[in-house]
Amino acid sequence: MTFHLKAINKFGPLLALVLVYLFFTLLNSKITSLTALETMMQQTVIVGVAAIGMTLIIISAGIDLSAGSIISFSSVVVAQLMNTQGFNPMLAACGGIFTGTFCGMMTGVLITRLKLVPFIITLGSLLIVRGFAKGLAGSMPINVGQTWLSDLLAILPPEHKWQLIPPGAWLMLVLAVLVSAMLTYTRLGRHIFAIGSNEHTARLCGIAVERVKTVVYALGGAFAGLSGIMLMSYQEQGDPTAAVGLELDIIAAVVIGGGSLSGGEGSIAGSLIGAMIMTVIRTGCQLNGWPPWVTQVVTGIVIVIAVAVDRLRHRSIA
Amino acid sequence: MQVCCLEMRNIHKGFGATAALVQVDFKVESGEVHALVGENGAGKSTLMKILSGAHRADAGEMFLEGEPYAPRHPLEARQRGVGMIYQELSLAPHLTVAENILLGMEPAALGLIKRQEVRARALQALQHFNHPEITPETKVRELSVSAQQLVEIARALAVGCRVLVLDEPTSSLSQNDVQRLFDIIRALKTQDISIIYISHFLEEVQAIADRLTVLRDGAVVGTYEANALTPNEIVQKMVGREVHELYPRSQRQHGEVILEINKLAGLKKPTSASVQLHRGEVLGICGLVGAGRTELFRALFGLDAIQHGNIKVGAFIGPASPTRRWLQGMGMLSEDRKQEGLALNLSIADNVTLSKLKGFGPWHWIQPRRQNRAAQNWIEGLDIRCQAPTQKVGSLSGGNQQKVALARLLQHDVDVLLLDEPTRGIDVAAKAKIYQVIDALASPSSNQQKPKAVLMISSYLPELLGICDRIAVMHRGKLGTARPAHELNEHKLMLAATGQEEL
Repeated sequence: MTFHLKAINKFGPLLALVLVYLFFTLLNSKITSLTALETMMQQTVIVGVAAIGMTLIIISAGIDLSAGSIISFSSVVVAQLMNTQGFNPMLAACGGIFTGTFCGMMTGVLITRLKLVPFIITLGSLLIVRGFAKGLAGSMPINVGQTWLSDLLAILPPEHKWQLIPPGAWLMLVLAVLVSAMLTYTRLGRHIFAIGSNEHTARLCGIAVERVKTVVYALGGAFAGLSGIMLMSYQEQGDPTAAVGLELDIIAAVVIGGGSLSGGEGSIAGSLIGAMIMTVIRTGCQLNGWPPWVTQVVTGIVIVIAVAVDRLRHRSIA
Repeated sequence: MQVCCLEMRNIHKGFGATAALVQVDFKVESGEVHALVGENGAGKSTLMKILSGAHRADAGEMFLEGEPYAPRHPLEARQRGVGMIYQELSLAPHLTVAENILLGMEPAALGLIKRQEVRARALQALQHFNHPEITPETKVRELSVSAQQLVEIARALAVGCRVLVLDEPTSSLSQNDVQRLFDIIRALKTQDISIIYISHFLEEVQAIADRLTVLRDGAVVGTYEANALTPNEIVQKMVGREVHELYPRSQRQHGEVILEINKLAGLKKPTSASVQLHRGEVLGICGLVGAGRTELFRALFGLDAIQHGNIKVGAFIGPASPTRRWLQGMGMLSEDRKQEGLALNLSIADNVTLSKLKGFGPWHWIQPRRQNRAAQNWIEGLDIRCQAPTQKVGSLSGGNQQKVALARLLQHDVDVLLLDEPTRGIDVAAKAKIYQVIDALASPSSNQQKPKAVLMISSYLPELLGICDRIAVMHRGKLGTARPAHELNEHKLMLAATGQEEL
């Protein structure tokens, strides 16, 4: 009995992904087409990369509502650096990640120094960062020319089909593996879990709670920054009004993937699967020609079901 | 014959295998202040929880003014006229005094609260006190602690309470406030309200109570006129029990001083603490709940700020963060294992190794396999009942959880162990194991290791006398001189802890 529960615990999100995908396949087989799969990949990467960082934050019992703003800000910074400053794409991309890291770090410093709840602080930084993005871009999207950055999420040309998925998606998978390993095999990772599980215990055990939290938010910002680069690559522009509300998709991905908003639980693989589930729902609804409002209702229902199942699971194990 | 205001007859209550109350008879006359005294864990709170409907007795009957009384929940007790004022106040700080007094029974018509009547009834309840600070419109959070307590009492009176239970009402009050509270109690007496007064402070009990009932190990020792006994005699009745041969004590040799505290003061408590702890020594700290014992540990361990005073741990001088303390070889076991001591939804292995995640693989890698192996050692060494090291700590019993918390200090291999109530709320077998571990730590071991030093807090006197080499008593924030345990007995400790006389 306990074995089955554990298995469901571990593979529950994956099972859900398969079920949702099968459901839409039965409705409309177009979802299995190569084009559909490639579009879904592109859309998953943007949310997925940011969800890696958000998973760390949520495991530490925090939350970052400013992720969407950081993504947009980072895309604007990269576009600006390339267009007006003439930076090469690599340096510009570093600039974007640096911007995200800096925003996240400031959030972390404010949370630990002012001892305010992350919800409030990041609600503030959601507006602040969005404001800066608009200011920097003059409230207009900045178009970028073709560089290798644009290929990060581009559909692979026929001669490169052997790569299977675009380089950006590979980057996401590699980072996911690295961060997963970090969570399991390093002190930082174990400390993040401990803080999320019980902050008092963490402090009693001599964990530098404030420092770890700041690092976690900085990492969250860095991944949001990288996600911004992906967004810019996908849209070929830095858009200060893009990704509004995307933080909710990101948080939902983590929660569907088994992350607990009260901390101490979550996994990178789960969050990526969560991001995929959301993309499948969106694409599936679109392919069936359902209006956008249906997509929103369905996504909402899935989030509620995921959290409810999570609760039931905990009750039956405890 | 006059009918008793409250009578509890032949009350039994057990929790699992342990009997918390055995055949307790307890009678309170109307207009009487009846004190209930006993050591921590003697059964006072359990008895009062049964009276207030928070617990139900396994057997026995209760009568309120001659009528059978068996409250199913605290609200029913309140409606029948039994009011409880707990040590921790239970007011809603953002609401006004009047709103608090009538909380849950607001006079209303069609769902709209009748504000005038709320005010009138609050004023009526408040007139017992004539306290300048309290008006019905004041927000409760703006009041002092003593004034808040009065609001609680007013809340009880507003329902027309016949029996008022005050549980340690003076532990957070100043001397003046205590006197004012006593005046109010005397005024309530004249209105034929019965008061059950629970306190550790015997001088207060004798000043305010008419009669007192002593509880020991869940049974009534006797009921006496409050002034017929001396504090000495009361203490004797509270502790009169034999010490069991539960406590191993091997030959210990005191080595160099490893922890030295000099006139240490925290922000509130402790006010002054000085003591020297040697290697190979188990030093006990005795005192009542709220005397500042835990605060002393927290200040030592860097969890709370220090106002002044010196701490020297081995060669390290001065205050330090918990991170530094662990590095200096000091570890602390929290008194509250659920809230602070353990991360309940992490595994045993994670909890045991949390303070020192080193040596579990090359290049600072942590291999879960090696973590589990380390935990497995302690699971065997401490006889922790579990399925595997990966099991979540939250699913273990209290005694096994406590062993996991202790295993963390052993795994870290600290030299100074601060143990705060190491055996609270655990079964006798687990207690015995923990006593063995403490004794083994302080004894010279076979593998050339220097003995450790243990500083432990306990409210259970036989345990302190049984395993400690020296014991110091803390009273209202001040730590007294540490005396050799063999010169002490429960009686002397209790007198010192209640502030009757210094050791």
